[in-house]
Parts: sequence; structure tokens; C-alpha cells
Amino acid sequence: MIGFGLVMLYPLIWLVASSFKGPSEIWTNVSSLIPKIPTPENYVRGWAGFGSVTFATFYKNSFLYAGIGTILTVGSSAVVAFGFARTQFVGRQFWFGVMMSTLLLPVQVQIIPQYIVFTKLGWLNTFLPLLLPRFGGQAFFIFMIMQFIRGIPAELDDAAAIDGCGKVGIFFRVILPLITPVLVAAAIFSFYFTWGDFFSPLIYLNDPKLYTISVALRAFADPAGATDWGAIFAMSALSLVPVFVIFVLFQRYLVQGISTTGLRG
Amino acid sequence: MITNQFRTARPETGRRERRRVRLGEHHLAGYLFIAPWLIGFFAFTFIPIAASLVLAFTNYNILSPLPHWIGVRNFERMFSHDPRYWVSVRQTFYFAFTSVPLKLAFALALAMLMTAPRRLVGVYRAAYYLPSIVGANVAVAVMWRQIFGTDGVVNAVLAAAGLPAHTSWLGNPATAVWTVIALAVWEFGSPMLIFLAGLKQIPAELYEAAAIDGAGVLARFTRVTFPLLTPIIFFNFVVQMIFGFTVFTSAFIISNGTGSPLDTLLFYPLYLYQKGFRDFEMGYAAAMAWVLLVVVALLTALIFKSSRYWVFYAQEEA
Repeated sequence: MIGFGLVMLYPLIWLVASSFKGPSEIWTNVSSLIPKIPTPENYVRGWAGFGSVTFATFYKNSFLYAGIGTILTVGSSAVVAFGFARTQFVGRQFWFGVMMSTLLLPVQVQIIPQYIVFTKLGWLNTFLPLLLPRFGGQAFFIFMIMQFIRGIPAELDDAAAIDGCGKVGIFFRVILPLITPVLVAAAIFSFYFTWGDFFSPLIYLNDPKLYTISVALRAFADPAGATDWGAIFAMSALSLVPVFVIFVLFQRYLVQGISTTGLRG
Repeated sequence: MITNQFRTARPETGRRERRRVRLGEHHLAGYLFIAPWLIGFFAFTFIPIAASLVLAFTNYNILSPLPHWIGVRNFERMFSHDPRYWVSVRQTFYFAFTSVPLKLAFALALAMLMTAPRRLVGVYRAAYYLPSIVGANVAVAVMWRQIFGTDGVVNAVLAAAGLPAHTSWLGNPATAVWTVIALAVWEFGSPMLIFLAGLKQIPAELYEAAAIDGAGVLARFTRVTFPLLTPIIFFNFVVQMIFGFTVFTSAFIISNGTGSPLDTLLFYPLYLYQKGFRDFEMGYAAAMAWVLLVVVALLTALIFKSSRYWVFYAQEEA
């Protein structure tokens, strides 16, 4: 078991190890995990980025995209989830069915007309095409939060209603404080999805100043020039740091979130 | 839990709530709460997909002023005059139908190993799950490209073991697609956690009873574990199939966006990207997108239909 676990983790460990190997060692000492002479120079060269744009910019862009995107996604998903779970309206079953079926919808199907519209609006090379669609929430998170809300006794709603709370009051005062755990789980997933998102930034952001880390890494590894693998490994390892940190801090929530809905690829 | 969720996933209509509707509570509140989703759905999903259907019958380059109606010519071209299209279809099916069963088998085997109580289960879980959360990342695809490179780790290990190395895994059409499949299988963490949750729900009495009847390990698996797990296998299968058909990042990074060698990595979404965003043949790409939509819908329907014959729901028996 331990051995197999190590095999699974090996590629990641190898990546980190290689990022500290000097240029003479990086391909001659491929299978060793311990650099003979550990050096941070890959990080220095990698951080310098390309053109006049450093990795600080890519990091900032990724954080902006993932951070704002996550807040928008989780916030609106919570509101919508409450609507589906705790209010009654004609057509609720129908819209719920439609929402669930969007889960099965490949991104590629909607991307062409979306791209045309956003381009015609002059929003190419802005974060608007990436962030705007997030105001609607995402079916995956709406469902995840709904499942959680359904576990909260409806008597609490009734009690609040008797005390004169409207639906909005019930949402903010009763439900919202109780669903914090699932909101945390949803936020982590949303952050991961957005942080790793490649397709949308690839098509909408062409200005290196706006690149997120995912697009920057790809541009970095462009075969057109002599590829600096040491620097790429270093920046790849750095790009995974937030993912690891969040994983270590919130592992409990993640496992909980996965095993209650479990739709992640 | 998961078993029931996936099957009967719909809002609960409690008696209490139904009464309120009869009393004439207005429906505005509900619609206001789901408004963000409704607006988002129409603006970013429904209208684009409808527009995509219209575009599919046009010749449209984003630089030209207006789409030009060409009838079914895009579909004609796709089905009879574009050999690369069929290559992308074939490779996508190949990828999905090899990576998904492998990934699920792996996930199930490991989940079963981990149900045995032992110390540090949390640590193992982390070790197995970690690749999945970082897996979709460009960094991982870049790393994968190096691991399987001519002077990469895989060859170094093979050489150290005295086996023939220096095969160009990524340059050889026969092996390139398997590197992407390996990457997909490596990300088996989420289905594994779902299996784990499912395994925990199988009552221990069933295993005890089977043991008393003299069932061996294999019989216990085929008669108890597998049948009781079919709803979860079904769920994982549907979800992973859809992921399989929409794989993009790994193929894009490993092949530098080209789909080479010999288009073996030219998966459907990558070809769609090339047509739409490299060649700017938006009409053609829209037609491709619609075919993808139909295929995924058909496939999902097929899996759902087939579930009647192999998915076993204990609740229905009771």
C-alpha cells in the first residue's frame, strides 16, 4: 500500500525535485529524486517570465480570476440552491431538471457563439468573458449545496417564519449560517476548477499581461523557442503551491464534499 | 446516500409546502432566488446553443462581416470530405472507452483495499486523491510530457531495469495516446472516494452470511460487492464518460495543440478548437459542437437505458 501510494505521488515528487536541479543535472540525473547540487536558479529564471512580464503578474491574474470567480460562483449558487430547495413555485421541477441536464453539457457546445458575442462586444483580452457567466452559479455547486440544505430541518424555517422572517430573512439568518461547511467545500472546488482552468483563458486572453498561470505555462513551453525545462518545472511546482496549501488545510471538507456529491473528474 | 441521490435527485415537495401553494402563496420569491441561474442559463447556455445550431448551417469566419448560409454543407464536409474529422471521432472513442473502464477498475480496486481498517488511512486517501485535484492542471500535463519524453523518467527507469528504452513514447502514434490514457487513469481519486463511500454502505452481515455459506473472496465480490455497488458504478460511469468525451487540456499540452503524432491525440474537442479558434471556421466548429452534443446525449441516454439490465437497487427489492 505504501509503495503504491508512492508510485501515485511519484510524478509530483519528481516535478518538485527536478525544479531544484541545475541545467547539467536535469536530464542526466532524471531518475534520481535528490538533486546532487540543489539550486534555486530555476525559480529565479522562471519567475522572470518572458517578454517584460514576470510570473508575479501571472500569479496575480490567476488569483484574481480564481478568487473573484469563486466568490461569484459560490455566492450565486447558494442563493439559487436555496430557491430550489426551500421555495415553492410553478415549474420548479422543470427548471431543476433543465439545470441538472446542463451538468452533462460539454463546454465546447456553447463556446463558439459565446466567443463571437464577447468578441463583438470588444471583451477579448478582458476578464469579463471569464467572470460574467459565473453570476448564474454552476449546476454542480447548486446541486451540492441543495443536497446540504435538504438535510436542515424545515421546522427551523417555519419557526423563523412565525417570528416574521420572510424568505430572504430565512436565507440569510437561518440557512446561510448553517451551510458554511458546504460553502467552504464548494469554494475549494470552485477555486481548484478555476485555478486549473485552461480552455477559457486560452481563447479569451491573448495579451501576456493578462495571462493566467495555466496559459503562461503553456506559452513558456512553446516549442518555437529553446524550451527552458528547469524554469518550467520550477514554475509548474510553484503553480501547484496554492492547490497543496488548500488541500492540507481543508482536506476534511474536500473528502466530505466529494463523497456527498462526487462529480469531480 | 449517493445511490438515492442520483436516482431521485429532485427537490422535495413536502406536504407542508404543497399546502402553502394551494393557499396561494405567490411564486415570485422562488423565481427571484433562482433568477441568477435562469438569466445565466438563457444568456450563456440556451441562446448560445440555439445560435450554434444556426451557425452550423453557415460559413462563418469571425473576421468576415456576416455568416453566409450554406445549408448542410458543413455536415456533408464533416461526414464525407474531412478524413481528420473521422480520425478525431475514432481517437475520442478509443480514449474514452479505454481510459474510463481502466480508471474505474483502478478506483474500485483501491477503494476496496482501503476499506480494510488500517492506520493512516487518511494519509493514503490524500496520496491517492491529490493527483486528481492537480490533474487537470497545465503544470501536470507539462510534467507528463517530460516524464514520457525520450529522455524522461519512464525511459530512465526502463534503462535502469535493463529493458529496452529510448522509445519515443510521445512521437510514436501507437504509444502517444496511451500516455494520455495513463494520465487520465492516474486521476482516479474522485471515483475512488465515491466507491469508498458506497462500499461503506454495504452491510457487514451480508459478507458474514456469504462467508458462512462458504463463499470465497471472488464469490463475495461477484455476488455481494459488485451487485450492491452497481448504482455507484453506474454513476461513476456516466460522469467519467462525459469527462472522457470532453478531454482537452492534456491532449492539447502533450501534442502542443497539434494532435500529433499522426493525429492520434486529435481528440474531438481539440479538433473543434483547431477549427474554431485556429482556422476561425466558426460555422464548421459550431456544426461539430452540435454533433458532439447529440452524441453525448445519445450516449448518456443509452447508458441510462442499459442500467435497467445491470444496475441493482436494493431498495426496490425491499
